[in-house]
Amino acid sequence: MIAFVLRRLAQATLVLLIVGFVSFSMFRFIGDPINNMMGQEATLEQRAELARQLGLDQPFPVQFARFIARAATGDFGVSYRLGRPVMDLILERLPATLELALVSALLAFFVGVSLGVYTAIRPRGLASRFVMTASLVGVSLPTFLIGIGLIYVFAVELGWLPSFGRGQTVQIGGWSTGFLTQSGLASLVLPAITLALYQMTLIMRLVRAEMMEVLRSDYIKFARARGLPERRVNFRHALKNTMVPVITITGLQLGSIIAFAIVTETVFQWPGVGLLFITSVQFVDVPVMAAYLMLIGLVFVVINLVVDLLYYAVDPRLRVEGARGH
Amino acid sequence: MKVVASLLATAALAVGAGAASAETLRWARSADNLTMDPHSQNSGPTHVFNHQIYEPLIIRDVDGSLRPTLATEWGISEDDDTVWEFTLREGVVFHNGNDFTAEDVAFSIERAQKPTSNMKELVASIREVEVVDDHTVRFHTDGPDPILIDKLTNLFMMDREWAEENNATEPQNFDAGEEHFAARNANGTGPYVLQQRVPDSRNVATLFEDYWGRDEFPLDITEILYTPITAAPTRVAALLSGEVDFVQDVPVQDIARLEQTAGVRVTRGPENRTIFLGMNVGDDQITHGTAEGNPFASREVREAINMAVDREAIQQVVMRGESQPLGTLAPPFINGYQEWMGEYPEVDLDRALELMEEAGYGDGFQVTLHCPNDRYVNDEGICQAVVGMLGRIGITTSLESRSLSIHFPSISNLETDFYLLGWGVPTFDSQYVFDFLYHCRRDGKGSWNATRLCDDEIDAMIAEIAGEGDLDARNEKIAAVWERVQEGIYYIPIHVQTIARAMGDHLDIPVHPENDFWAKDVAVNR
Repeated sequence: MIAFVLRRLAQATLVLLIVGFVSFSMFRFIGDPINNMMGQEATLEQRAELARQLGLDQPFPVQFARFIARAATGDFGVSYRLGRPVMDLILERLPATLELALVSALLAFFVGVSLGVYTAIRPRGLASRFVMTASLVGVSLPTFLIGIGLIYVFAVELGWLPSFGRGQTVQIGGWSTGFLTQSGLASLVLPAITLALYQMTLIMRLVRAEMMEVLRSDYIKFARARGLPERRVNFRHALKNTMVPVITITGLQLGSIIAFAIVTETVFQWPGVGLLFITSVQFVDVPVMAAYLMLIGLVFVVINLVVDLLYYAVDPRLRVEGARGH
Repeated sequence: MKVVASLLATAALAVGAGAASAETLRWARSADNLTMDPHSQNSGPTHVFNHQIYEPLIIRDVDGSLRPTLATEWGISEDDDTVWEFTLREGVVFHNGNDFTAEDVAFSIERAQKPTSNMKELVASIREVEVVDDHTVRFHTDGPDPILIDKLTNLFMMDREWAEENNATEPQNFDAGEEHFAARNANGTGPYVLQQRVPDSRNVATLFEDYWGRDEFPLDITEILYTPITAAPTRVAALLSGEVDFVQDVPVQDIARLEQTAGVRVTRGPENRTIFLGMNVGDDQITHGTAEGNPFASREVREAINMAVDREAIQQVVMRGESQPLGTLAPPFINGYQEWMGEYPEVDLDRALELMEEAGYGDGFQVTLHCPNDRYVNDEGICQAVVGMLGRIGITTSLESRSLSIHFPSISNLETDFYLLGWGVPTFDSQYVFDFLYHCRRDGKGSWNATRLCDDEIDAMIAEIAGEGDLDARNEKIAAVWERVQEGIYYIPIHVQTIARAMGDHLDIPVHPENDFWAKDVAVNR
């Protein structure tokens, strides 16, 4: 067990190093931050001097090694754009992204599962067919289009919900929450729906397929033959067995909800880490971009590690093979 | 817990008061101000927000003239043309209650000259600031600098004591690795006091009760809420839904629609910025294209291009009417602009083809046009149009468009033979254009001149302007340089782009040539 965890941790470190290396090597193609930092009056000599101060004149391996050495101590440097420590910036915006991701994930899970069960039980119903067709739209429309469509309908035409921002937030310790104010909750609705829509359709289709599979199995037939009520058969026996793969997938998707909040955050001017990343790309704010990508890498690695450990606990076969170093 | 409760109360109040409080100006723009430190970034969005909180000695008004602010009088000393004397306004206090005096002016100029300042080039000519008395100050310059005053319109005054107390006597240093106090805190003399700054999210400022101009300006707006909204459709939607009152940058494609929307007012006007094409006129061989030698080195070829680019078609098709075609790099606002310079040649393809023939490029040539796609209004569209227009005189142009953070460095590094660039003139004087775009790359000048133009005569003429203290003689010298460079066709000017602002119809905020704005001037009319 300990050997398994240690090996996984070693792999995770390697993955993070590779993420750092790949992202760092890409930054050179995004451009040069000097121009954004200096204003148009700066002379060529002053530009070169700033590049030297920031170490941007060094060859790529040197820059990367420096970055890793500092990152290992938790120091990601200072943002070129805002002049503040990168970790402060990210920690300040993380609550916004995590709250949005949490609400979206819950929304996607509950709505997705309910619709999935419904369409599995009544596959030929008119409502099921409508939901199935509508879900195709959810999968195929790009997020920003959905977001702008929702803004147009609910903010501009109906005037029910705000079109941008997070509303009023309340500071609790280091965490700023929008859950405690009316405007905070109202602001959450549209971005959460936008972000949840894709995951929702994914979960719904997965639940539907799994459930239909289970409903065909023998023990369900026996349960029906025993005269158990329909509700008990569907929810107690069928759904319970459907949920194992669904929970795994949902957990893994949580990482991508956090990572792919970028587009939703940009459309709704949601002040989270995704928006921070986009503005940093435009400015070529290397320290922020590097830290963000490492953070997202870390999120995925941690989620995968947890899932692996859960499998390890659930599946005895892994334990045997694990000892041989599969 | 007390904080939470009071925040909740504020939130409840805000909700209770409804979206249409008469005194709050909810203001949106695509980009946030980068810092509150007035000397650390020389960029438009940063200055325009700081203008509400800090004040310079003078400001550039909507019509381009200078308006007294912290200085009431100014002028070059009659005895010595290297001395500027300013009379400061009396009875001005900073937000922390300290008096504004000549000491603070001296401190602010010195701070702006520090190596970490982004404003240092604008005050580079000041050798010494002499404090005569509390309300008189003299700037001693290296040689005469008759346009010094034009460079001070964004140079904000800080309180010496406040900066010293908070260890903020130097602008932000990116090497230091820590947050600078002045980046998120402010203490100016301006009409609004900074209350909250959450970068990329919200900036709140409220009316300063002891502002010196309480009786001079409308000051109807008692609170400013400035929010960056990056996505253009969201920005426009927020205005339409009444969640913001004022959008400072309206996308071109939305202007017509907003003008027809009830309850929305659109104001527009030319920006102090020309858009033009630059060419490698100096090298013997172009490297980003296929041609024998360097076709751009031939004046005939440049004249042919100047004739082939249909500026009016660009105005109508690409810019939807939102530009003013122009035949010079000088925006019409600036000192030294003359009517004849703005005229551009008629499109004459036959003559252009003849010129190409005369230059020995009758069979045309091939070149890459480098273009930004996120900097100017429809920049990529302009380049696409140019590609088609040059095709008609045999120049095969392949277009490479990219982000500004790649485009600008390639201009600095001379990695392009043909490029699109825009140039604003914050000093409102021709010398700024000459120094950066026509002067050879030497002596700290010509940093944006990627034409490889290196003409000793032109440089000597530019140097003479700098040393001339007499304004009339200086203007003659400026005119001489313009004649020379207009004749040479070293650039292909295209147009001056339009700025459009949109707001609720209870406001009427005119466009400013530098996209500046002062909330204190706004009268709310409900």
